[in-house]
Amino acid sequence: MSEPKIEGIELKPGFKGMAEDTGSDQTMFKGVHWGKAMMWIFLLSDTFIFSCFLIAYMKGRGSTPVEWPNPSEVFALDAFGVPVPLLLIAIMTFVLITSSGTMALAVKYGYEKNRKMCGWLVLATAIGGLTFVGMQAFEWSKLIHEGVRPWENPFGAAQFGSFFFMITGFHGTHVSIGVIFLFIYAYKVFAGHYDQQKRGWFTSMKGDYVEIEILGLYWHFVDLVWVFIFAFFYLW
Amino acid sequence: MSEDYNDNKTIHAQSSETMGGGSAGVTPDMDYVRPAEIADQDLYHGHSFITKWIFCQDAKVIGVQYFLLATFTGVVGLILSWLMRLQLGFPGAAGFVTAEHYYQFVTMHGMIMVVYFLTALFLGGFGNYLIPLMVGARDMVFPYLNMVSFWSFFVAVAVLMASFFVPGGPTGAGWTLYPPQTILEGTPGSGAGILLMCLSLILFVAGFTMGGLNYLITVLQARTRGMTLMRMPLTVWGIFTATVLAMLAFPALLVGALMMSLDKVLGTSFFMPTILKAGEVLEYGGGSPILFQHLFWFFGHPEVYIVALPAFGIISDLISVHARKNIFGYRMMVWAIVGIGALSFFVWAHHMYVSGMNPWFGFFFATTTLIIAVPTAMKVYNWILTLWRGNIRMNTVMLWCLGFIVTFVNGGITGIFLGNVSVDVPLSDTYFVVAHFHMVMGIAPLMVIMGAVYHWFPLVAGRFLSEKLGKWHFWLTFLGAYSIYFPMHYLGFIGVPRRYYEMYDSPYVTSAVGMNEFISLAAFLVGAAQFILIYNIIKTLKTGKPAGKNPWKANSLEWLTPTVPPEHGNWGDRLPVVHRWPYDFSVPGAKDDYITQTTPPSEVSNTGVEKT
Repeated sequence: MSEPKIEGIELKPGFKGMAEDTGSDQTMFKGVHWGKAMMWIFLLSDTFIFSCFLIAYMKGRGSTPVEWPNPSEVFALDAFGVPVPLLLIAIMTFVLITSSGTMALAVKYGYEKNRKMCGWLVLATAIGGLTFVGMQAFEWSKLIHEGVRPWENPFGAAQFGSFFFMITGFHGTHVSIGVIFLFIYAYKVFAGHYDQQKRGWFTSMKGDYVEIEILGLYWHFVDLVWVFIFAFFYLW
Repeated sequence: MSEDYNDNKTIHAQSSETMGGGSAGVTPDMDYVRPAEIADQDLYHGHSFITKWIFCQDAKVIGVQYFLLATFTGVVGLILSWLMRLQLGFPGAAGFVTAEHYYQFVTMHGMIMVVYFLTALFLGGFGNYLIPLMVGARDMVFPYLNMVSFWSFFVAVAVLMASFFVPGGPTGAGWTLYPPQTILEGTPGSGAGILLMCLSLILFVAGFTMGGLNYLITVLQARTRGMTLMRMPLTVWGIFTATVLAMLAFPALLVGALMMSLDKVLGTSFFMPTILKAGEVLEYGGGSPILFQHLFWFFGHPEVYIVALPAFGIISDLISVHARKNIFGYRMMVWAIVGIGALSFFVWAHHMYVSGMNPWFGFFFATTTLIIAVPTAMKVYNWILTLWRGNIRMNTVMLWCLGFIVTFVNGGITGIFLGNVSVDVPLSDTYFVVAHFHMVMGIAPLMVIMGAVYHWFPLVAGRFLSEKLGKWHFWLTFLGAYSIYFPMHYLGFIGVPRRYYEMYDSPYVTSAVGMNEFISLAAFLVGAAQFILIYNIIKTLKTGKPAGKNPWKANSLEWLTPTVPPEHGNWGDRLPVVHRWPYDFSVPGAKDDYITQTTPPSEVSNTGVEKT
C-alpha cells in the first residue's frame, strides 16, 4: 500500500479547493491513504445496509396488526428489587461510547509513534467491545428466558422478537468482528510491526500506523450505528 | 521511483491545462505535468503456478478468471433458456420439462443472466482488466482483496449451482423471489433451493463489495500523472458509476435475502402475512410482502443500470476508435452516465405498479422513469453523431456497435410504454415485458460484450479473432435475436401472459402457436451461434493472426503498455504520463489519424488539437 505524499502541492481550502482537487490528476482526495478512502466508501455501503434494516423495522412495526411491546417494560432490569427501565442498555451504550474514546486516543498515540500507549489503548478498546458483546449476550439470554423468540414473544407482536434479534445480532456481529481485529492490531502494535513496517500475514503489504486510524473509522461507525439502534428500538 | 518523475523542473500545484496554451511557440512548459503524488505501488509477484494463475493478485488475471466463470454461468443460463423455449414452442416435446422444472428454469435463467453473468462480466471481468490499464495504474489498489473478491464469486457460483442438485431442486419462484409463495410448500425449490439462492446472493454481494472498493479507489486515488477524471475513457466512467450504484443498491438485496432466509429457517414473519392454506391458518402472520418488493427493486432497478452503464461506456470507446472520430460531446456523455446513475435510485417502484399503490406514488415513479429517457436519448444521439461523417471501419466490432444502438433504441422505446402506469398495467404480465427487457437489458449489453471481446481480444491474447467467423456470429445473433423478440411484442399485445408453462386451449392459441414455434427455432439458432465465438477463441489462440502493439490504432493507455499482452505491473519501469483525452482521432495536421494519450503537446504542436 502506498503512502501518499504531496510534496510541492498546495492544497486550497473550501469549495474551490475541493473543485480543484476533483479536476486534478492522480488523486481526488489529496494525501488520503488508499485504505482510509476505502474504509469510508465501505462504511457508506454499510450505512445503506443498516438503513435498510431500520426502514424494514419501521415498516414491519407499522404493518403488524398486533400491539407492539412496551420497550421500557421489556428491557427493564431488576436492580435491588426495583425494575429500572433501560438500565442494562444504558450501561452497554456507555461502555461502547467510552471505547470510541479510547480508540480515538489510540489513533493519536499511533501517529505519535508511541507504541506502548497506542497498544494499551487499542487493547482497552477491544476489552470495551468485548464487554459490550458480553452484555448483549446477557440481554439476549434474559429475553430468551422470558420467552422471546424470533417467531413469537409473550409481550405482543411476533415481529418484535424477529427484528430485535436480527438487527442487534447483525450489529453484534459487526462489534465482534471489530473486537477480533482490535486484538490482532493490539498484538501487531505491541510487537512493533508498524514501526518496522513489517509485511502483513495475508496481504504481504507493509504495515503502518494509519491502519489503526482505518480500524478506528470502522469502530466509530459501529458505535454510531448503535446510537441509531438504541433510539429506534429502546426509546421508540 | 523519484528519478523517474523529476523530468520537470518546477514543482508547483499547477495543472497542465493552464500551461502553454494558445502560444504558437514550442516551449518546454507546454509538456508540463504535475509531479507524482503517490509512491510507486508495492506489488506481490506470484512465483508458482498457484500464485500466478489461481490465487493470483494480478487484476488482469482476475479479470480473465471473472470472465471465464461468468461465461460458464452464462452458458448454463443459455441452456436453461433453450429448455424453456423447447417447452413453449413445442409443449410436451421434452418430457422432463414439467411445470415445476419450467419455473425453476425461468428463475435460474433470470438470476444467472442478470447477476452472475452480466454483472460479474462487466464489473468483474472488464472492470478488473481495463480499469488499472486505462487509468495508468500498476494494478488494483488492493490486490489481495481483489483476489478474495473473485474467490467469493466462485463460491457464490458453486452454491448456486449446488442448488440444482439438492432435494426439491433450485427455487422456482421467479427471479424476483416474491414472498410469500417463494418459501411456501407447493412452490418448487421452496426448501433447500431458496436457502441456497439467498446464501449465494449474500456471498455474491460480499465478494462484489471487495471488488467494488478496489474499482472505486483505483479510479479515485491511483490514476497516473496527467490522468484527470475528465481524461478517462468513457469505459472507466461507465464501470466506475456502475460500481457506485452497486455499492449502494446491493445492500438492499443483502438485507432482503437475509430476512427471507430467516423467514424460511427460523419461522419469522418479516414478509409473511396471515395465510390460509386449505382452510388452515399457517403459523406465519403480520408481515409485509410489499416490503420485500421494495427491498428487491431498490436493488433491482439500479441493477439494470449496473449492467447498462458499463455497456454505454464501452460502446462509446469502441465507436470512437472504429469510426476514427472523437466521441461527440464527451462531457455530456460523462454527465449523462452520472445523471442516469443518480436517477436510477428514484424509479424502483415502476416495477410494482401492479402490486397496487397510491395513484400519486405511481405518478411520481412514472415521471422519474420518463425523465431517465432524457440523458439516455442524449447518449444515443451522441453515438450517432460520433458515427456521422466518421471514417468508419466496417469490421466485426463496428457491426456489434451498430447492432447495439439499434437494439437499445428499440428496447428503450418499449420502456417508455411500460414506464406509464396506465399502459403498464395491461401489458405488465404479458410477453411485451419479456421482449422489452430482453431487448434493452439482455441483447443490447450482450452486443456490447461481444464487440468488446472482438476489440480487446488482441490485447489480452495478442492475436486477432477471425473476422469471417465474427461476421457469421454477428449476423446470426443479430437477425436471430430480432426474430425472437420482435414477435414477442406482438404476443404481448394480443395478451399472451408470461410465466405460463403452457397455453393449452386458450383463445390465443391460433395466432400464438405458430409464432411460439418460430421464436423457439430462432432461439435455438441464436444460442448455437454463440458457440461460434467459443470456437473462434480456441482457434485463434492457436493460429490467429498476431496483433502486435496497438493494432486498432487507439489512443487509450491500455494499448500503450511496453509488452503485449501486458505483464504484471503493466508499465515496466516507468508509469505513463498522460497529456490529453483518449479521443484525438483524425486531428487535422497530425501525422497519423490518432494521437495517443501519452503524446506530449510539443510533438503535435502544428495540429489544431484542442486543449482537453
